[in-house]
Amino acid sequence: MESFFSRYKNALVLLLVLVMQLLVLAVQAKRPSKDASDPEAVSLIRYVVVTVVATPERLLRNFGQSIEDVWFGYIDLIHVRRDNASLKNQIEQLRLEQASVVEDARQGQRLQRLLGFKEHYIYQSLPAQVIGTSGTDQSGIVYIDKGSNDGLKPDMPVMTADGIVGRLKDVFPSTSQLMLVSDPTSGVGVILESTRTRGVLKGGAFNQVQMINVSPDDRIKPGDKIVTSGGDQIFPRGMPVGTVDRVVPDPDRDPLLDVIVHPSANLAQLEEVLVITGMGDAVSSQEEKDLAESEAEGEAAQKRASDILSERLPSKIDPSAPADTNPDSNVDSTGNVVQPLHPPKPLAPDGFTPGSTPPATALTPGERTVPVKNGIEDLPKAPATAKIERAPTTTGATSATSEAATTHAAAKPAADAADAAKTSTAARSGTASSGVPLSKPAAKPASSQTSNPVAHSPGAASSGVASSSGKPASSAGSLKPDTKVHVIVDGPENRAPRPSSTFNPPASGSSTQPAPKPVTPARNGPVVVPDDGSRPPATMPKRPADSNSSPAPQGHGA
Amino acid sequence: MALMASTRREVDERSFPLFIYILAPLLALGLQSLVTLHFLRFGMLDLPLMVVVYFAMARRNPVTATLGGAAVGILQDALTHQPIGVFGIAKAFIGYLAASLGVRIDTEAHGTRLVLTFLFMLLHNGIDWVLVRHLLAQPLVWNWLHELLRAAINALIAVVLFALLDRARIRE
Repeated sequence: MESFFSRYKNALVLLLVLVMQLLVLAVQAKRPSKDASDPEAVSLIRYVVVTVVATPERLLRNFGQSIEDVWFGYIDLIHVRRDNASLKNQIEQLRLEQASVVEDARQGQRLQRLLGFKEHYIYQSLPAQVIGTSGTDQSGIVYIDKGSNDGLKPDMPVMTADGIVGRLKDVFPSTSQLMLVSDPTSGVGVILESTRTRGVLKGGAFNQVQMINVSPDDRIKPGDKIVTSGGDQIFPRGMPVGTVDRVVPDPDRDPLLDVIVHPSANLAQLEEVLVITGMGDAVSSQEEKDLAESEAEGEAAQKRASDILSERLPSKIDPSAPADTNPDSNVDSTGNVVQPLHPPKPLAPDGFTPGSTPPATALTPGERTVPVKNGIEDLPKAPATAKIERAPTTTGATSATSEAATTHAAAKPAADAADAAKTSTAARSGTASSGVPLSKPAAKPASSQTSNPVAHSPGAASSGVASSSGKPASSAGSLKPDTKVHVIVDGPENRAPRPSSTFNPPASGSSTQPAPKPVTPARNGPVVVPDDGSRPPATMPKRPADSNSSPAPQGHGA
Repeated sequence: MALMASTRREVDERSFPLFIYILAPLLALGLQSLVTLHFLRFGMLDLPLMVVVYFAMARRNPVTATLGGAAVGILQDALTHQPIGVFGIAKAFIGYLAASLGVRIDTEAHGTRLVLTFLFMLLHNGIDWVLVRHLLAQPLVWNWLHELLRAAINALIAVVLFALLDRARIRE
């Protein structure tokens, strides 16, 4: 037995060492994932080793730092005065810029509060120096010179001015282990800024950083920015991570992609990092104070600007001006617009007048109140007491039909309706006043009911009183006393005259006066329209040059 | 180049001052940690493994080489975030192998050192990959080209380092 041990002593020692380490490895690997901390013995080993290795590194670093301080603080001071003046100017400019953007920041915060958006603000951070690494490229671990004595805890996010770096893993009293985002076991919730694609950032082979398990998306292009999504509950949302370097297929999961990321922070040359030690839903008191100061400066700057403007510009309100008597004025006493302008009330309401048609909810699609015979509406005869609000006064056919279109023939006499319908039909069937045959008469008879909104459209209204074959519709029956027929042949030319026009419409009270029949169809030439959009007055003089070539503009009262 | 030990001098154990046994591994770990901070590619080197291989071949004692390799590996593991024992197992095995071979092979020649270190480096990384990938189920990529290049660079550096460490040997 003794000879066996002495003979295989070396192999037995090796076996013993390997088995012991395998057991230790198994104990560590068997730990549940929730309990991420190492066992005490392992932590002790790490602490001793890190202390032994990090202490000389820290001393070395401090020694180099002190030499650097002496050199740059006392010897290399050339151009310091000039640089100081330049920097002071820059500070002044930055103060002004800060004052201008602080109001936007305030507004953004208010809106976020309104939306219930919980933004984690970074209100406490601790700068730290990187003093060493793990020494192997298989592990993305670096060491910083701050530890639990400085208030650091595991899983605190670490970043630089360029972007995120990693998170704290093990924290020792005066040293901390920082796991970089390039470590294969790290994981950061990220999102692509352009496509809003979410993913997990992990370390890959050869210290490269990649976003794994990304769904195929052609929109992902090199150069797209990647920011933290906040989903890992470690990094605040929106921190810069890096840019897309290239997209490669995931070797393990075929349809999915891996996005190789170029980190914003230079992970290969880390010297100073910032450990985020405090985050919250609101800004810190110090930041509130800074914001208040900046806001006060901004307001002062705005006041100065407004004073200058008030000196240069005339006053908005002239105290000597007469009082505004316009009831539709939409400005208040200070001159600010308080309500939108309302259109003036129409003199003669038509189908386009707001409020003259019932709401769509009160209508039944396809409903007809008038029976249809042979495709023609069987309109009842109107009583003789029909009242015409406005009578056509033009001499041309178009004018006549235009007036008929704008006429609210409430209980119009049947004969008049028939005449108007004939005129309309004639006009629509090719005897247009312009002399150009209409290419397509209304082919579909429409309802002539005022309640039908379709009848308010020019085409539908025009065909409402006439069948597609040109037969007069109103002659087939009598109109109801309250029936209003809108016949609109040419909307823009048949607008109600403006008060400024010399056209005097017939009194609406002349109910018994029948609408005059249109006389000979006349050519209706181009109409000169003034700049204000109103129809030209009847007294507008003709232009001599155009008197022969084109007919004179015809007003409604001509 | 004589691969087999042919003289008594070649199979004798080399001895070093005690502080060298302590200082050399610590210095290797410290340099590895510090230099990699400024030169990322320095992480390709494995100075602790070179130290283990050198002392194993110089001492030619498998037991001490196994224990020494395990100790240095555990120290190296402690600096990383991976479980303690990965590098410990790999370096213990390499130490044992190097010491066992050192008894039979002339390890004084630079060529022998170059070849042996190249092979030990490959074996060490292979053991490491098996442990991490298949025992701990952690992601670790194996790239033959990268590993061969890495082993070659380490072997070249090891030849220089071994020559420096030879100067610290106690002359009889």
